[in-house]
Amino acid sequence: MLPRVSATVAIPKPDLQQVFDNLRGSRLRLIGPTVVDGAIALGEIERTEQLPIGWSDEQQPGRYRAKHGAEKTYFAFNVGPHSWRRFLHPPRLTLFSAKANGKMTIEHDGEEPPRYAFIGVRACDLQAIAVQDRVLMNGSYRDPQYVARRSNAFILAVNCTKASSTCFCTSMQSGPRVTGAFDLAATELPDVFVLDVGSEAGSQVLEGTSWAPANAFDVGRATEAVQKAERQITREVRTDHLGSLLFEHLESPLWKEVSGRCLGCGNCTMVCPTCFCTTVVDTIDLSGRSERIRVWDSCYTTDFSHVHGGNIRPSLRARYRQWVTHKFAAWREQFGVSGCVGCGRCITWCPVGIDITEVLKAFRSTGVK
Amino acid sequence: MTSTALETVPATLRDPMLPRAAVIDAIKQETHDVGTFTLRLDEEPEPYAFRPGQFNMLYLPGFGEAAISISSDAEERDTIKHSIRFVGTVTMGLSRLRAGTEIGIRGPYGTAWPIEQARGRDLVLVGGGIGLAPLRPVIHHVLRHRDDFRKVTLLYGARSPGDLLYAESFEAWKQAGIDVHVTVDRSEDSWKGVVGVVPLLFYRIRIEPKETVIFTCGPEVMMHFVAYEALARRVPKESVWLSLERNMKCAIGVCGHCQYGPLFVCRDGPVISFARMEPYFNREEY
Ligand SMILES: Cc1cc2nc3c(=O)[nH]c(=O)nc-3n(C[C@H](O)[C@H](O)[C@H](O)COP(=O)(O)OP(=O)(O)OC[C@H]3O[C@@H](n4cnc5c(N)ncnc54)[C@H](O)[C@@H]3O)c2cc1C
Ligand code: SF4
Ligand code: SF4
Ligand code: FES
Repeated sequence: MLPRVSATVAIPKPDLQQVFDNLRGSRLRLIGPTVVDGAIALGEIERTEQLPIGWSDEQQPGRYRAKHGAEKTYFAFNVGPHSWRRFLHPPRLTLFSAKANGKMTIEHDGEEPPRYAFIGVRACDLQAIAVQDRVLMNGSYRDPQYVARRSNAFILAVNCTKASSTCFCTSMQSGPRVTGAFDLAATELPDVFVLDVGSEAGSQVLEGTSWAPANAFDVGRATEAVQKAERQITREVRTDHLGSLLFEHLESPLWKEVSGRCLGCGNCTMVCPTCFCTTVVDTIDLSGRSERIRVWDSCYTTDFSHVHGGNIRPSLRARYRQWVTHKFAAWREQFGVSGCVGCGRCITWCPVGIDITEVLKAFRSTGVK
Repeated sequence: MTSTALETVPATLRDPMLPRAAVIDAIKQETHDVGTFTLRLDEEPEPYAFRPGQFNMLYLPGFGEAAISISSDAEERDTIKHSIRFVGTVTMGLSRLRAGTEIGIRGPYGTAWPIEQARGRDLVLVGGGIGLAPLRPVIHHVLRHRDDFRKVTLLYGARSPGDLLYAESFEAWKQAGIDVHVTVDRSEDSWKGVVGVVPLLFYRIRIEPKETVIFTCGPEVMMHFVAYEALARRVPKESVWLSLERNMKCAIGVCGHCQYGPLFVCRDGPVISFARMEPYFNREEY
């Protein structure tokens, strides 16, 4: 027998391997957190031992440190440098190849997009996926690669039971409790995972585990664990009228001030789970076969806004403003949601530790509102 | 196993980034750095139709794509024309092609000039340089349906007399009832016409503000002053329409490059009213 959708169940922690096996049995590739070069990255995994068991992280503006401890925790860390868009909207993708010698033939690479199971999607990242859905799947044009990868993806979400100093999901109403669409959502306790079953598929992968309906004690402990994470969140963004506040101050001298330390490296855009900008690279080989390759791009590059005669945004100040106004002002008009989910990655991975929450505060305090 | 949270989609969703082939029927050298390409498209996968103001992405394998406005008559169905200024990688590559060659094309994209709004009223077209290209389909429309409009005026300028686009048609346009005013930034000895920037041509015409609709395309500073002159004559902001330009990689609202405030110029533009654009328009480096 399997639990029904929306049931809350508990499984002994080692049973997670059975879930992995079931997912792999349905020919899904498992992607989950795993330790790479001292950071908790996302990569292909098969066994629970590959999860960062015993690892946690410490994040601060411009600082990240993963450390190993004695406790056998599976998910006692927050989001790392990678996000799921790496798999749903890959950094590099061949669009098609073409051959032209008077006549033109266009060939579409017919490769099947991979089918994934995402293990350990945090609330903020689940919201980020929902944001990208609006951009790449629910608009007037749909990116076929994104649509295929996204529709087939199985999502095992995880509620955060600790928060980093850089997290501000509570302000962006994305976490730390998972609320979006998932197949399973887990809360880790010392002995069991408490699981919310979000879909038929989520129920089916419990086949062969010794799941049992969660008792009141487990549910209570799970709730308390997430509340603890919530209490740890200190950073804050006031979102009311934020878009109009920024748009009304497009030419404020504050932009120069807040971007003063910015190096223009584009790290914030590379780690951000909602950024979607891409450019296209054209290659040609000796046989005359050319390829169009889509790669991630960043509004911090000088080429980004190039038009004949120069760049629209030659100064870093202007490029910094573009990023901030897109995330916090334009996005809402474009897609009906905030472009920021409060994951804090841009704060952690900024080499000079620019803190977006402080930048927005600065506008708040000079702003009329 | 599929996540039930989402609908299932057909495996073969047509990729909007895939161009189709078009044959270059003819190339006409317009000026020293602009050529007009006549393209013929197969009926497959579907017959081609566009509205004045829209653009295509032209693809040259190995070089890339460029956004180019459609400059031909929308009611002429078998071919389309593109006037291309040869400035960089793709456009220079195109300049070296001969008739008979195939290139890739995707489109049409973007918003169209609101010709409906001008019906029964005065229409003022204001172009600068290559900016006349996206206005030419409007001129074609006016020539076909002259009686639908009251006064129709074209204000056009280029850097030098040699840079004037479609100069050989000006006489025919005048004959057909369009009031044509031309200016150049720099004159040459043979030039008998006006010298000065385009917005100054406003001082040569009379405008009935409530009954006038303005379409303009050209460098952003030019459009800025066009809007200024129009507003100074009490033309409502809602009657002033701009055609914007931004770097474009996808033309379908997913690459992010063409953003201008909350707009994706490829999707919400290129044609947009000054009323909508004003809060963001011509802000320093925005
Ligand atoms: C909506 C729209 C309509 C246009 N209509 C015309 C037209 O009818 N005739 C015409 O000659 N030109 C037109 N342009 C400008 C034309 O797109 C650029 O001149 C062209 O992209 C330059 O490409 P390139 O590779 O030759 O130049 P490069 O300088 O080598 O360009 C490199 C890349 O920068 C970008 N880029 C460079 N200049 C521009 C630009 N001005 N606008 C947008 N992206 C640019 C492109 O992505 C290009 O691939 C239009 C632009 C837009 C946005
Ligand atoms: S802007 Fe920063 S905090 Fe917000 S979603 Fe992107 S990376 Fe996370
Ligand atoms: S921002 Fe919230 S949901 Fe995301 S990792 Fe931090 S606590 Fe978890
Ligand atoms: S050109 Fe890609 S979003 Fe407009």
